[in-house]
Amino acid sequence: MLVAEGLTKRFGGLLAVSDASVTVAKGAIVGLIGPNGAGKTTLFAMIAGFHRPDAGRVTFQGEDITGLAPEEICRRGLVRTFQLVQPFAGLTVRENIAIGAHLRHPGRTAALEAAERVAERVGLGAELTKPAADLTIAGRKRLELARALATEPTLILLDEVMAGLNPTEIAEIIPVVQGIRAGGVTVLLIEHVMQAVMSLAEDVFVLNQGRMIAHGAPADLVRDPQVIEAYLGHGAAERLAGAHG
Amino acid sequence: MSRALGWLMLAAALAIPQVSGSSAWLTFWITTLLFAYLGQAWNVLAGYGGQFSFGHAAFFGTGAYIAAILQVRYGVNPWIAGLGGVAGGGIVGAAIGWVSFRYGLRGSYFALVTLAFAEVFRVLANAVAITGGGQGLLIPLKPGVEHFQFVDRASFYYLLVALVVSGVLIARWLEASRFGAWLVAVRENEDAARALGIRVFRVKLAAIALSAAMAGTAGVVYAQLFLYLDAGVAYGGHVSVEALLGPIVGGLGTALGPVVGAILLHGLGEAAKGVVGATPGLNLVLYGVVLVIMLRFLPNGVVGWLKRWGQR
Repeated sequence: MLVAEGLTKRFGGLLAVSDASVTVAKGAIVGLIGPNGAGKTTLFAMIAGFHRPDAGRVTFQGEDITGLAPEEICRRGLVRTFQLVQPFAGLTVRENIAIGAHLRHPGRTAALEAAERVAERVGLGAELTKPAADLTIAGRKRLELARALATEPTLILLDEVMAGLNPTEIAEIIPVVQGIRAGGVTVLLIEHVMQAVMSLAEDVFVLNQGRMIAHGAPADLVRDPQVIEAYLGHGAAERLAGAHG
Repeated sequence: MSRALGWLMLAAALAIPQVSGSSAWLTFWITTLLFAYLGQAWNVLAGYGGQFSFGHAAFFGTGAYIAAILQVRYGVNPWIAGLGGVAGGGIVGAAIGWVSFRYGLRGSYFALVTLAFAEVFRVLANAVAITGGGQGLLIPLKPGVEHFQFVDRASFYYLLVALVVSGVLIARWLEASRFGAWLVAVRENEDAARALGIRVFRVKLAAIALSAAMAGTAGVVYAQLFLYLDAGVAYGGHVSVEALLGPIVGGLGTALGPVVGAILLHGLGEAAKGVVGATPGLNLVLYGVVLVIMLRFLPNGVVGWLKRWGQR
């Protein structure tokens, strides 16, 4: 349902993403991993319309969406969340989510009701009337997720929804992401927490220094020497092989 | 809570002509309500939309001048001319908004651009013949409802009460509608708003057009009330300052804030006159002091503070 081909982005002299391609099949949970500064967020920003790619093409449900504004892409059913959460701080949780819901529900009452349903799905049902600014980090991550879901997308891009969470909170949010897919929404997620990617995604892309270095099932990737070296440094693959052998 | 305050204020407003029918008393309330409505116009764009204009005089003055010029120079019926003024204010607002928002001006840059436009309009109005230039423009006295002029002050007063109520209803509509929710989202975080499918440019453009049409309406009523305009009166910096002070003191982004703020400021201004006499410019000194105190102790304005207090 999403095909991004040869995406490239330069910031001045820095080549942030170079000729990266990603394919996401309908109904899948696809992971995008890579060390810090690999260009994952930049790649997301190009897909969602926040950065115009210097080269490459993004096709969503058969339509070329390269260079469209983010709001137009969202209207077509592709929504992103932000790694650095961006709540509407002065509003309550319910009002925050309702703003997402308004995209498909013009009436205020309908939007507020839709917001409550989404809040239940992500586990924010008890905090509807709290100001968004009063939420914990885990709460804000859920809110970010809820707002995006409320736009009723067909594909959701999740940018590190688990970063900054403790192991208990991570264990709580994994079923939420699985529930999103079960609800018919395809998921592409950037994640640092390897355990989470391994248990969620059936298909994983690995980005390193702006280039796509590997793609496959998670179980195969953890044995891929290139991937291990990207994360743990040169020679790590051999040492690990020695330890296991 | 704020609903009760609204009804209380409306009841008080209807009682005001019963307290005294004196011209000075009613004129005080008429000007206060006129600036309350102008403040509401500013509040729509700045309080709900987060776009701080320093040049609402551009819309106020345009509304006033169009209404006056159409009736004085072209003999148009004042009510029709007034509609022209409202539309003219809105169109000027949309045009300034289009230029500013298209090029992504935010925050202080947007404030400066609006300030500059208001100043350009003031200079132009002083220079061209159709506005009467420096001599100003006098609307001939023709008492009668059909001429949008009222013999007794009380009628004008009730007209302004109706106008202010309509302004509060517009603000309440913003609080309960999709457009208002989108506008608030734009104020809080533009990037997040765009990610959620909100067409930020269109929302801002609609907000400034609405706000400017309201400010133009205030200008039309001003012209009919005082029957005289010049560039300083219509496009002067004090108009822009009046537009923003009331809502800031009363409570930004609240439906009643601009009304409460205007009453407090004008009441204070009158009280000061009673104490030290009508020294020109004294009210501006006072406004400055009040603004500093407000920002220090009640940054959410009076109504914002009441709301917070009511939630406790």
